[in-house]
Amino acid sequence: MKFGVLQFPGSCDEVDALEAVRMVGDAELIWHRDRDLQGADAIVVPGGFSYGDYLRAGAIARFSPAMESVIEFAREGGLVLGICNGFQVLCEARLLPGALLPNVNLRFTSRQVDVEVLNSGGSFTRACALGETLSIPAKHSWGRWYADERTLAEMDEQGQFVLRYGPGQNFNGSLHDIAGVCNAEGNVMGLMPHPEHAVDELIGGSADGLKLFESMRMTVEALVA
Amino acid sequence: MPDSATLPTLEDAISLGLTEGEYELICEKQGGPPNQVELAMYSLLWSEHCAYKHSKKLLRTLPTEGPHVVMGPGENAGAVDVGNGLVCAFKVESHNHPSAVEPFQGAATGVGGILRDIFAIGARPIAVLDSLRFGEPGESARSRYLLDGAVSGIGHYGNSIGVPTVGGEVYFEGPYEQNCLVNAMALGLAPREQLVRSAAAGPGNVVILFGASTGRDGIGGASVLASAELGEDDDKRPTVQVGDPFEESKLLECSLELLELGLLVALQDLGAAGLTSSASEMASKGEVGIDIDIAAVPLREADMEPFEVMVSESQERMLCVVEPRNVAAVLEVCEKWEVEGAAIGAVTDTGRMRVLRDGEPLGDMPVRALVDDCPLYDLAPAKPAAPLYAPPAQVLDPAASPGESLLALLASPNIASRRPLFEQYDSIVGSRTVRRPEQADAAVLALPDGGALAVSIDCNGRRVAADPRNGTIAAVLECAANLACVGAEPLGTTNNLNFGNPEKPHIAWQLTEAVAGLGEACRALQAPIVGGNVSLYNEAPAPAGPIYPTPVIGMVGRLPDAHRGGRLGFLNEGDAVALVGPFAPAQPASELAKLRGQALPDGLPLVDLGAAVAALAAVRDAVRTGALSSAHDVAEGGVAVALAECAIAGRLGADVRLGDGFWEALGPAGEDDAPNWPEGSADASLFGEAPAGILVSGPEAGLRLLAERAHVRLIGRVDGDRLRVEVDGQPLLDAAVEDLAAAHAGGLKDYFA
Repeated sequence: MKFGVLQFPGSCDEVDALEAVRMVGDAELIWHRDRDLQGADAIVVPGGFSYGDYLRAGAIARFSPAMESVIEFAREGGLVLGICNGFQVLCEARLLPGALLPNVNLRFTSRQVDVEVLNSGGSFTRACALGETLSIPAKHSWGRWYADERTLAEMDEQGQFVLRYGPGQNFNGSLHDIAGVCNAEGNVMGLMPHPEHAVDELIGGSADGLKLFESMRMTVEALVA
Repeated sequence: MPDSATLPTLEDAISLGLTEGEYELICEKQGGPPNQVELAMYSLLWSEHCAYKHSKKLLRTLPTEGPHVVMGPGENAGAVDVGNGLVCAFKVESHNHPSAVEPFQGAATGVGGILRDIFAIGARPIAVLDSLRFGEPGESARSRYLLDGAVSGIGHYGNSIGVPTVGGEVYFEGPYEQNCLVNAMALGLAPREQLVRSAAAGPGNVVILFGASTGRDGIGGASVLASAELGEDDDKRPTVQVGDPFEESKLLECSLELLELGLLVALQDLGAAGLTSSASEMASKGEVGIDIDIAAVPLREADMEPFEVMVSESQERMLCVVEPRNVAAVLEVCEKWEVEGAAIGAVTDTGRMRVLRDGEPLGDMPVRALVDDCPLYDLAPAKPAAPLYAPPAQVLDPAASPGESLLALLASPNIASRRPLFEQYDSIVGSRTVRRPEQADAAVLALPDGGALAVSIDCNGRRVAADPRNGTIAAVLECAANLACVGAEPLGTTNNLNFGNPEKPHIAWQLTEAVAGLGEACRALQAPIVGGNVSLYNEAPAPAGPIYPTPVIGMVGRLPDAHRGGRLGFLNEGDAVALVGPFAPAQPASELAKLRGQALPDGLPLVDLGAAVAALAAVRDAVRTGALSSAHDVAEGGVAVALAECAIAGRLGADVRLGDGFWEALGPAGEDDAPNWPEGSADASLFGEAPAGILVSGPEAGLRLLAERAHVRLIGRVDGDRLRVEVDGQPLLDAAVEDLAAAHAGGLKDYFA
């Protein structure tokens, strides 16, 4: 099982993500100019400020050569997880529905949040129980997830809401407290909180984030088997 | 020379901040009057900011050597050995004057500048801390604007570049109203053998400028902004630089990759005075000359004057020296990171700094004259005959009850929760942050060997104003106490001396006394100074006057086991609560005295440094063995506020007895000579301040062990959800922890609505 973690100029959390997924499998960084995904079984698009994010978060990264390959990989059913800026990139790439708007407080905000698992059977949450609460840090200024009514209804029907902020935890103002979503096929997921910063009690105060990476490993191994 | 027809005059030199004597000395060194390019370069390198001409003699008295020191003052940053082949580079630097003009960019580029200092010596930045001072936020819209702008700017730069902001401090006092302080500290880690110095070497080697292109921003910043008192701010706006964290993120990765590949002879960042100071200092350190061809410098604007190219303070630029055979490889790494690189000059054996344009000479100066020959001045210190600072406004009725006073203190700007600030910072990127803000007295950062670094930054300027020497000792002790509370031993110290105009005798006195105290405390703690910065002329015309003297102290330490890092919150009901150290609280210069509008005292009590250092060592060792549940130093607001902070952080109350005879001395060290409580003054017992007091909780057996090495006074028990305190047998405080937490949380929140 091998993870590929994308690296753009301006990525911040790519090494953290690399070390986190190495706790459950092999992993390598993939340079943004590289079209070769190096045989990765799953891709993580990490947090940060890709290309400075001076235009709109994720708007430029979506056109990078590595992302072109990731889009193809996702369309063929490959597992892709976008964290924070990675979520923004996946929305810009239209691999995930909705968009991320500036936080309601219009400030960068960093806070440990509780998120509730809404969909436990999926490719990214197999290792979680339905309704389980995960304690994971969130830190961003553009994290307010939004989608129109029709999209919301379709997503609800297809079970595309994966994580929801716990009561009082939704500081960014996301619609219906949505913290993480997946595509209709279930192989692409994005979330604003940072599971790679909750893989070690010593550092994160919680290792709950590891369950998402563990789930990805289980999903890939189930596919291979 | 092409412009010799219109050589600048003495008046031009004076308008650039030089004195008549300095101008004459420059003429002598040059063998005639300097031309425009030369005068611009001299005026910057001979400014206070670059030459430390009023502080260098004092700074030479500071201790700079110790067993852990790998790189001392004089390089871009200092460095200490942290074990297993790793060194920690760190430094604090000010960006006060730019932040007073434009707080967002001023603070942002302050962070950018200190980060470049760290990676310029080959270390990967792992943390930022900041130290901020503003006027009273409740009274001053300008202070709220500066606070909001500076915090946003720090967050913008640090968050975007992916270096966590793990700690800091902020104080609000009237004397900072006209001159805010924005000091930023950064830490980096490097394998010892990868450290690089900035000395240029090897005549014939190529000088490469890489990073952002050069524009007109920050022209003359070092002399205009940093070396004179601020007057009309708006005229100076174009001298403030604009930061681009994305450019710096690429520059950082590019620089570290160049060093990892062994492609560089020397590396230096471009900060104050731009190309002028970085090239001259590299040449000076290597005792060589450098030729710069300004036609090769990538420019943002085509029609820049030669002197503008040489003094521009455009951000996110680095200068390196490369052997000719490695030039292509260096430019290739630059290309990979989409960083512009250009060969702009060469190392020579002439000992001269030459500025050329396509071979045509524009300036030619002896490097030694530029960098080393600026005259150093003796200060003329004199203790002021009358108080320098007006008493603060009274905001708390002296007749208020202890309970009301405690709530007022917890909500006051200097004590209230810093959460509204630090929530705007990414404190966890990099996966090293073991203790986040408000979890412990110092930030704790995991090291790869299972140990951890601890870092703290502090300075209570009001206490330094009351007594520059003892106040500075107190600031150093507080940093050391913060480290002790997480179990760390100090390895080294950095400092930023923020003062008023040193040419005035009373400021010279503050500076001289403070540096003496700094040296004394660092010697006692064996925490030598490995680097720092000086920011003078922080004063405004009367009635505003000078800032409180603010020698900001940053201290880095190490603890052997990251899992044993101390916390500040109460942990277990039934734990004993004790006060450790030769702590003798007094009300003058305290936060309570400030809220009551009392004037500063003339002097503070002497501190028993030996006993203080011993107490800190004892607490540190107790934290390391896991004998304590919590440890927190007593600072602003005294014992009552420290108790409240432990209670709030742990969401547990306590039952406490203070006053003579109402506490139990534990062990031999405590029996005979423990300091007494201030007699007959409940206020001083509850809210009085002094250095060297640490509030700990834990099983009583552990506290008894601690008492073998330090004064330990058993004062109570962790209990329930209320904080109850008796003084001399009288119940004076009884408050729900929840109410204390609400007061504490609300103090600064509204300023960031």
